[in-house]
Amino acid sequence: MVTVRVNGQAHTVDVPPDMPLLWVLRDVIGLTGTKFGCGIALCGACTVHLDGQPIRSCVTPVAAATEKSITTIEAIGETAAGRNVQQAWLDLDVVQCGYCQSGQIMAAAALLARKPHPTDADIDAGMAGNICRCGTYPRIRAAIKQAALSKGA
Amino acid sequence: MHVVSRRTFLETSAAIGGGLLLGFRLPPLEPDDLFAPNAFVRIDHDGRVTLVMHKVEMGQGTYTSMPMLLAEELEVDLSQVHLEHAPPDDKLYADPLFGVQQTGASTSVRGNWDPLRRAGATARTLLVAAAAQTWKVEPGSCRAARGEVIHGPTGRSLGYGALVAKAATLPAPRNVTLKAPKDFRLIGTPAKRLDAPAKVNGTAQYGIDVQIPGMKVATVAACPVFGGRLASVDDTKARAIAGVHQLVRLEDAVAVVADHMWAAQRGLAALDIKWDEGPNAKLSTADIVQQLAAASQKSGVVARDDGDVADAMASAGQTLEAVYEVPFLAHATMEPANCTVHVRPDACDIWVGTQVPTFAQTAAATLTGLPRSRVRVHNHLLGGGFGRRLEVDFIIQAVRIAQQVASPVKVVWTREEDIQHDMYRPYYYDRIAAGLDARGRPVAWSHRIAGSSIEARWTSELFPKNLRVIRAGGVHRLRAMIKRLDLDAVEGAAEPPYSLPSIRVEYVRQEPLGIPTAFWRGVGPTHNIFVVESFIDELAAAAKQDPFEYRRALLDQSPRAGAVLELAAAQGDWGKPLPRGSGRGISLLHAFGSYIAQVAEVSVSKQGEVRVHRVVCAVDCGIIVNPDTVRAQMESGIIFGITAALFGEITIKGGRVEQSNFNNYRMLRINETPTIDVHLVKSMEAPGGIGEPGTSAVMPAVTNAIFAATGRRIRKLPVKPDQLRSA
Repeated sequence: MVTVRVNGQAHTVDVPPDMPLLWVLRDVIGLTGTKFGCGIALCGACTVHLDGQPIRSCVTPVAAATEKSITTIEAIGETAAGRNVQQAWLDLDVVQCGYCQSGQIMAAAALLARKPHPTDADIDAGMAGNICRCGTYPRIRAAIKQAALSKGA
Repeated sequence: MHVVSRRTFLETSAAIGGGLLLGFRLPPLEPDDLFAPNAFVRIDHDGRVTLVMHKVEMGQGTYTSMPMLLAEELEVDLSQVHLEHAPPDDKLYADPLFGVQQTGASTSVRGNWDPLRRAGATARTLLVAAAAQTWKVEPGSCRAARGEVIHGPTGRSLGYGALVAKAATLPAPRNVTLKAPKDFRLIGTPAKRLDAPAKVNGTAQYGIDVQIPGMKVATVAACPVFGGRLASVDDTKARAIAGVHQLVRLEDAVAVVADHMWAAQRGLAALDIKWDEGPNAKLSTADIVQQLAAASQKSGVVARDDGDVADAMASAGQTLEAVYEVPFLAHATMEPANCTVHVRPDACDIWVGTQVPTFAQTAAATLTGLPRSRVRVHNHLLGGGFGRRLEVDFIIQAVRIAQQVASPVKVVWTREEDIQHDMYRPYYYDRIAAGLDARGRPVAWSHRIAGSSIEARWTSELFPKNLRVIRAGGVHRLRAMIKRLDLDAVEGAAEPPYSLPSIRVEYVRQEPLGIPTAFWRGVGPTHNIFVVESFIDELAAAAKQDPFEYRRALLDQSPRAGAVLELAAAQGDWGKPLPRGSGRGISLLHAFGSYIAQVAEVSVSKQGEVRVHRVVCAVDCGIIVNPDTVRAQMESGIIFGITAALFGEITIKGGRVEQSNFNNYRMLRINETPTIDVHLVKSMEAPGGIGEPGTSAVMPAVTNAIFAATGRRIRKLPVKPDQLRSA
C-alpha cells in the first residue's frame, strides 16, 4: 500500500512502488486530466507538480511522491499562477485538440511561479520539453506573457 | 460484473464533461417532449438548443464553426447551443462531399455551409410560425432574435422553449430564406472555442480517458514486421506480475490485459514472444524506393493532358528535369491509438475518438456477427486526427481483443506501438520536366507521380455497394474511378494555378509491399505542392528571374491566386536584403477550395542546421466563418509542415519501422518555432477548407528559402543538415 497526497486529498492505493505516478493518477485514482503521451519523458503531456516543481509523471515512481504534495491539472486553478495561465489560455484560445494542454498549462504555471516575468528565453527553457502536435506554440508563448501581466500573479 | 446502463453513462458524461455536454445519446427518448425538426437540431421546453455534431473535434475548431452556422440562422447566441456527439448513421449524418459520416479533407465548413444554416432557418421558421399562430398574427409581423420570437407591432415575445410544443406539430416549410451575408451577426466574427474551457481544466474527455465500471486495461504488441504473424508466446513470467489478468493471442499480435496500464506494460515486456516474420522480413526503404523509381519509368493514368507536351518540349529553348521524393510519415497524434470495447452476446459498446464512426460500427458488427443496431459507438474528442483516426485498424484490433475478455477492456497503444504500427503517408516518387521559351516561360510541363493509392483502398471498401458515396462523388469522381485515377494522389499537381499551355500529369500506382498507407494532413497536396512549387522555383532560377515575379507573371488566369501571392510577398518583406546564410522562399497553393501563399524566412548554419525564423501566410478561403480558427489552423498547419520538412521520416529496415518515439521521430518544439503572421483576404466566394492547406504550402516555402540562402535545391524530404553543411 502506498499513500499519495493529490490535490490536497490523501489516497491509499495498492500498487507496486515502482509504478509511475501517471498510471496511479489515471488508472487507479481516476484523475484523467494528466495525459499519457510518450512514456519516456520526451513530450511533457504527463506533467504534474511535486511540491510545486514540474515533473514528468510517466517516469516518476509513485514511491518518490509519497512524502510530497502532488498537484494536477484538475486543481491547478486553485493557485494564482495556474488560474492566470488558464484564463490567458482561454483569452487567446490557445487549445486545439487539447490533448497536450494539461501538460503545457502545468509547465507554464510552474514557470510563472518561478519566474513571474519570463523572457522569451525563459519561456523556451521552461516549455521546450512540452510537445504540441497541433502547433499551438505561438499562442502558448503569447498566453504566458499575458498571464504574467495578470493581477494577483 | 456491473454493466453500466445507458442512463448512468449519460449522467457520468454530463458530470465530467464540464460546461459542454459531450455525451453520447440515442435519439430522443420522449419525442413529444422535444422539438426536433431535423437530425441536427433539438430544442427542449426550457429553450435549450442541442446541436447533434456529426463532425468530430480534433483541434480544427469544427465544434465552434458548426454551431456558428446553426446559431446564425436559428437566431440564438452561440452560448445557447449545446453539443452532442452524433451516433453513427450515414443516412442522417453523411458528409455531403463524401457520402459517409466522416470528418476529414477540410470539408466540414465546405460541406455544411448550406445544410446547417438551412437546418437553423427551418427551425426558426417553424418557431416563428408557432408564435404567430399563438398570437393569431401574420408570421411576417414576427421576428426571431436571441432565442425568442418577437411580435413587432405589439412588442410581445415568447421564448423558444414555450413554442416547441406547437412548433413540433407544424409541417416543415419546403423553402426557407437564408440570410444575405451582409446580415450575418456571427459568421465572420471571431468566436471563442466552445471546447476550450474543458480543455484547460482537465475535464475534456478523450477516448483514452474513458472509465467504465469493471473495465480492464490492455496494451498490445503487433508483429514488428509488417505482414508477420504470432508463432508462439510464453506468458509464464507475465502471469507472476501483480495486476496481470490475461494474455490475449491474435493472429498477428498479443495483448496483456491487466488492472492498469503499468501492469499491462510490465506483463507485455515479460512475455517470451516468437514471431513468424513472414515475407517482408528483409524489406527496407531502399527496396521500396527502387520499385517506385522503376514504376515512375512507366506511363501512368492521365490526370490532365492539355496541348502537345512532347511537341512543346522539343521546340523549347531550354528544358529542365528533376526527380522529387517525399518519405513515409507517421501521424504521431499526441493521444496514442486507443479504443475501449465491451462485447456481450447481444451487444457491443465502443468508446473511441474516431473520424469515421459508421466504419467503426460496421467493422465491429462484421467481427461480432451482431446487427449494426446492436453496436453502439460512443464518440469522443480526438487528441489529434491528421488522418490517423480515419482508419479503424486499431478499433478492429480492440474488438478482437475484447471478444476474448469478459469485462470491458481499454486497449492503449504505447507511443512505440503507435509510431511503428501507424498507417503511413505514402512515399512518393515524382518525375517532373518543363520546357521554357526564350522569355523563360514554361511552354511544356510534364509531371508523373508514382506512389500508393489510398483512395483505391478506400474505394474498394466503399464502391460499388454504396450509392450514397457514388452520388456524393459525382460524375468527376466516378470517371476517375473507372480509369483508376487516384484524384487525391494528383490533387495540387493536375491543376496548378499557373498558365501552362501544354501540361500532362500522370499517376502510376505502386503499392509499397507490406507498408500500410493512409491519408495524412494535407493529403495529396502536401506531396504535390512541394513538388510543383519547388519546380516552379527551379524554372524561375533557370530563367534567371525573381521567384515571386516569375509566378506572378503566370497567374493572369487566376486573380485570387495572384492576390494572395502579392499579399504574402508584400507582408513578407519580399526583396528586402537579408544577411548571408539567410533566405526567403515563396510558395502558392490552390487546393481544398482555398488559395494560400506563404513566404518563409530561414537561416542555414555552417553545420547545415536550418532554422525557420518567420512565416508570412496570406489566405483566401472564401467566406470566413470564424477568422480566429482560420488563423489558428494556418499556425497549426505551418508548424506541422515545418516538422515534416525538417524532421519527418519513417524508414524501414528488416521489415520494421526504425523510429519509435519522439527522440527519433522529432517534433518541432516551442524554441524552434518561427514567428507566424497570418493575413486573411476578405472574400464572398464559397467557403474553402483550412485544416490541411497550411501544411501543404509551407514545405516548399521553406525549401525554396533554403535555396535562396545556400543555392542548394532540396528535392528530397526531409532536409538533411549534412547536405547543407558548408564545405
